[in-house]
Order: sequence, then structure tokens, then C-alpha cells
Amino acid sequence: MPATVLRCSLLCAALLPALSALAQPERGVPDTLARRVAACTACHGSPSAPPPSTGPGYYPRIAGKPAGYLVNQLQNFRAGRRQYPLMTYMVEHLSDDYLREIATYFSTQHLPAPVLARASLPAGQMERGRELVMHGDPALKVPACIACHGQRLTGALPAIPGLLGLPRDYINAQFGAWRNGTRRAHAPDCMATVAGRLSLADVTAISGWLASEPLPDDATPAPDVTHPMPLACGSQPERP
Amino acid sequence: MKRIVFGALAALVLLALAAVLIAWPRADFIPARSPQAWAGTPANIARGAYLARAGDCMACHTARGGTPYAGGRALATPFGTVYASNITPDATTGIGAWTADDFWHALHDGVSRDGRLLYPAFPYTNTTKVTRDDADALYAYLRTLAPVREANRPHALRFPYDQQIVLAGWRLLYFKPGVYAPQPARSAAWNRGAYLVEGLGHCGACHSPRNGLGATGSRLSGGRIPIVGWYAPALDADHEAGLGNWEEAHIVQLLRTGVAPRGAVFGPMAEVVGHSLQYLTDDDAGAMAAYLKSLPPEPSPRRPGAAPLDDVMKAGRTLYEHHCADCHGADGRGTSVAGHPAYPPLAGNGALTMADPVNAIRIVLNGGFPPATGGNPRPFGMPPYSPVLDDAEVAAVVTYVRNSWGNTAPAVTPPDVNRWRAVPID
Repeated sequence: MPATVLRCSLLCAALLPALSALAQPERGVPDTLARRVAACTACHGSPSAPPPSTGPGYYPRIAGKPAGYLVNQLQNFRAGRRQYPLMTYMVEHLSDDYLREIATYFSTQHLPAPVLARASLPAGQMERGRELVMHGDPALKVPACIACHGQRLTGALPAIPGLLGLPRDYINAQFGAWRNGTRRAHAPDCMATVAGRLSLADVTAISGWLASEPLPDDATPAPDVTHPMPLACGSQPERP
Repeated sequence: MKRIVFGALAALVLLALAAVLIAWPRADFIPARSPQAWAGTPANIARGAYLARAGDCMACHTARGGTPYAGGRALATPFGTVYASNITPDATTGIGAWTADDFWHALHDGVSRDGRLLYPAFPYTNTTKVTRDDADALYAYLRTLAPVREANRPHALRFPYDQQIVLAGWRLLYFKPGVYAPQPARSAAWNRGAYLVEGLGHCGACHSPRNGLGATGSRLSGGRIPIVGWYAPALDADHEAGLGNWEEAHIVQLLRTGVAPRGAVFGPMAEVVGHSLQYLTDDDAGAMAAYLKSLPPEPSPRRPGAAPLDDVMKAGRTLYEHHCADCHGADGRGTSVAGHPAYPPLAGNGALTMADPVNAIRIVLNGGFPPATGGNPRPFGMPPYSPVLDDAEVAAVVTYVRNSWGNTAPAVTPPDVNRWRAVPID
């Protein structure tokens, strides 16, 4: 009898791991946020795998952007204020807490500056782009980009994005979306106002210049925007 | 002779009329237990809030980015678009002027306060099973929402589906009001599960095939969700959702957290878990699981299907090893974090091997995250492969996972993939 018990326990001991292996996925992965958000870095890049230099060349750089900006965008995709199906599928069922955690993660990330292809625009148009970015156009009531997006165009805390290192197609698409009302922000939607005042030629000039300008080595956003801001923005409310 | 023909015809017409009268879906009035049943007491409100979650009312009665329950979400159907209504207690645009009896009439009989017949996109073929007591608690809860002035958008249905008389005919064929009748031979938990699944949960709205007139069958035998374009697996067949051979605890885990050792929810089911099922008590989720497991199993069909071509499988394997194996494992068994499911197994995963391959294709194209839930607040995500892989590559890798590690399913072709590249979200 004891022999039977022994035999059984030996057999069971041998079988148990096999049985649990059948029931449970056995291989573990490290519990890191990097691992959890691998879905994001496939397009937006990560320090270990920067975005491919070939390919669609459309996806915006998100590393180092202010967390407040990133969380606004993630929530905008979820709520339909921005429309890009792949992004909506990503964030559709995620909570505010998780989106904030993801936004903070990418805001502290540093990626090597992308290699840019200089836009082939006539010199006059590039100059018009630079002029609009640095000084705006008072006649059109368009403020300079640097008035809000930082003197070095690397954005400002807590929620204004940097404008360098972005593909030109992406910048053009955003202006188009603001004009068509398919990219919206919390009211007042300052960028929709600005986009509505710019001609398509001016948009081309701005995107061409911005996409050709190298990202500075230190791409951290400015600690704050210069107050008062030229336009009221729901995404970056004025301090009282 | 003429007289006989005339008499026979008249008898036939009379018989048909009698049949219509007998089959006519009568309004079925059950009075409230007492005005206390729908009074705004904390207990009623809490129970109503729970039931509203169980019914996932919010999912349809809220537009993307809109105020919860203020309506406006477009439900695309083969017959046109139905817009969900505002069910906040605004007196002019919502249901603020409705009595508890009006609310019951809508939920149970599918008739609006003004007497209009409601379209069954509102699943009253299911909510008719809800008890008067639960309907009253729901009413008590909805009364506590902040009223939102948001006029209902008129439906955009094609002729003749926009005609009330056509809807009346549909109801004659497919609708009979009636509260769920417990089966005395079954346990209380089983009956509770059946009540939730067949009633408020309206699982059959997706998991039951729809006929040409949009009516669902009585069985949860699976079907492609029209327009939405995801395949809701059969819940009564082990070769699809396969609940029959799942452990009940794993079904509860899947319903309440969105992930389980044998799979994860995605597509429309991620929305259901995220908005609704994660809030159920363990007892209710367990009751649903027990009921679903008890459904008489549908035998696996013998699939003829030619084996996939060797070079497709070879290409699929190379792609799998490059893009998928790191998370799902070279052996397709998935991976976990500290014993908690991280990436679902693909081996033996019924979601991949159903005859209709749409889900597997769309998951590869779109990627995405399971829902963030109380039990899985920080889910692991899957990258979208539509920007990286072409149609032939997606077809190869999907064919590979459908035919590896013991899985068998028909091969997928590049045109199968292509049609899902550009589908609208809402």
C-alpha cells in the first residue's frame, strides 16, 4: 500500500508541472511599462528601436513632449476630438490614470534626433516660413509660433508641444485637420483659430521650414510659456 | 362554385386576421410593487446604477466624447442608421417627463411614451425579460442623472424600414413581451445567469446570428456583427469561444478583467468588458459563466479545407518569429507577468481558428489594448501591423497562427485582409 502511495506521489509530482504548463502560459516577461506600451513604440520609436528612417515618415515624435500635451491628445483620440483610427483603437478602452502614466513615461524619454530631409521649397517660401514661425504676421492676426511653442520651438510646460523633429506630412495633416474641424481641442481652440487664418501657401511654408530645422541637442520644453499668451488656449489655460 | 371559392377566401382572410391578432405582441403591463419600488432611495439608486452597468446602457446611449446617457451614438445597421436617444431626465429632450410606467412600457414592450414603436436596435427583445422591480430601480437611477438638453437625432433608415407599419410587422414576427421565467429545475445561480445573459446583458444582440430582417435567433451560436464587421463567436460551441471546456473561474476572470489565461477580449467585447462586465459582482459573473457553460454544445463542424500551402506557412513562420514570438512565444503559448496573463496564448485560442477569420485579421492590422479594468488596470498592448505588413504578409502570418501548435483553420488570402484595411471606427 505505501508503495502505491509513493508511486502515485512520484507520478503526480512528475505530472503536475506538465499539467499546469498546459493550463497556464508559463513564460514570463519583465513587468515594465516599456513592455506594456510596446504597441506605441512600434510607430513612435523607443531608445532601443528609434523609428525607422525609411517608411511612411508620418508618425510624430512623442518622446520628450510635455506630459500635459500628450495626455490631452490621448484623451482627444478617445473622445473623437482627434481622428486617426489606429490611435483611437489604441486608447479606446484605457483609463485616464493609465493614459496619464503612459504620457508621463514618454515625456521623460529621450530619443536621438531624427535625420531630416530638407524640404525642397523655393528660398522665398522657406523665408516666409521662418518669418511666420519667428515673428508671425500681424496683418493676418497670426502670432509667432515661438510665442507659445518656446523660443527654441521645443514646447513649454505643462501642455504645449515642441514643433521640431516632426515629419512635414504630419504637420500639414494637422493644419488640414484643424481647418476641417477633425482635430479639436478644449475650447477655446487656439490652433483651430490660427489654422483658419493661414493660407495653404503659408501652411506649406511653415511646415517646410519646421520640418527642415534640426532639433536642438537639449530638446526639453521651456518651463513655462510667456504670459499673457497671444491667444487663449483651452489646453494651456492662463494662470490666474 | 363561385360561392365556394369566395367562402374559402373569406375563411382564409379571417384565419389570417385571427392569427395576426393572436400573435400580436400585446403590451404586457405589470404594475410596480409600490411607488417605493421606483422612489429615489439610496438602495434603489445603487441597484439601478448596477443594473445600468449590467445592461451596458451607457455604451449606446452615449456618443463618442459626449455626455453619458445623453444619446446620439449612431448605430449603423443594414437598414440605415439608428441614433440612440437621450435618456437623461431632461423634461423636453430626455425622459424627464416619463413615469415609471412609461419607462417599463419602453423597456418591456418596446414602445415609446408617445406610442411610437421603438426600433429593435434598442434590444427590447432582451430587456423585455427584465423584472418590473429591476426596471423600477433602473428608472430610479436614471432620474438621478444630471438632465442634459440634447435633442434626439432622427433615425436615418431607408424606405420601407422607416415605416412604423413595417416595424409592426417585424414585431409580429419576432417579438413577444415577457419577463424571464425561472426554470425551477435549475439552480438559483443558473437562473440568475440566464436572466442576465438573456435579459439586460443582451449578449445575443451580437452573439446570436441575425437573419435578413435583422432578427436574432434564440441561440448564442455566433455571427458576424453586421456593418461593425467583427465576428461574435458562438458561446455554445467549443470550437469558437469554447466556453464549454473553459474553467468557470477563467470565464469570470475574462468577463471581469478582460484577460484570462486562455485569451483576452478585443474589438466590441473590449468595450463590453470595459463599460459593463468589469463592474459585475463575482457572483453575477459566476452565474453568467455557469449558464453559458451549460448551453447545449454545438458539435464542431468537419472542415474540409485544403491544408495551407507550404510556402505560405514558411513565410508566415518567418514573420511570426520576427514580429510575434517575443510576446506570444515561439510555441504560441503566450506569456504572463507574475502569474497574471500578459499576452494571450495563440495555441488553442478559439478566437483565431473560427471559420470566419475577420477577428484575427483585424487584431493583426489594428493591434490595440484590452480594456483597462479594476483587475487589469495597466493592460499590455499589441502594435498595429497595418503600417508594417502588406496584405500578403498579414495573410501569411494569420494563416500560420491558424495552423500551428495544433490549430487548424482555412488559409487566409490577401484579399481577405485588404477589405479590413480601411474600416471606419464609429
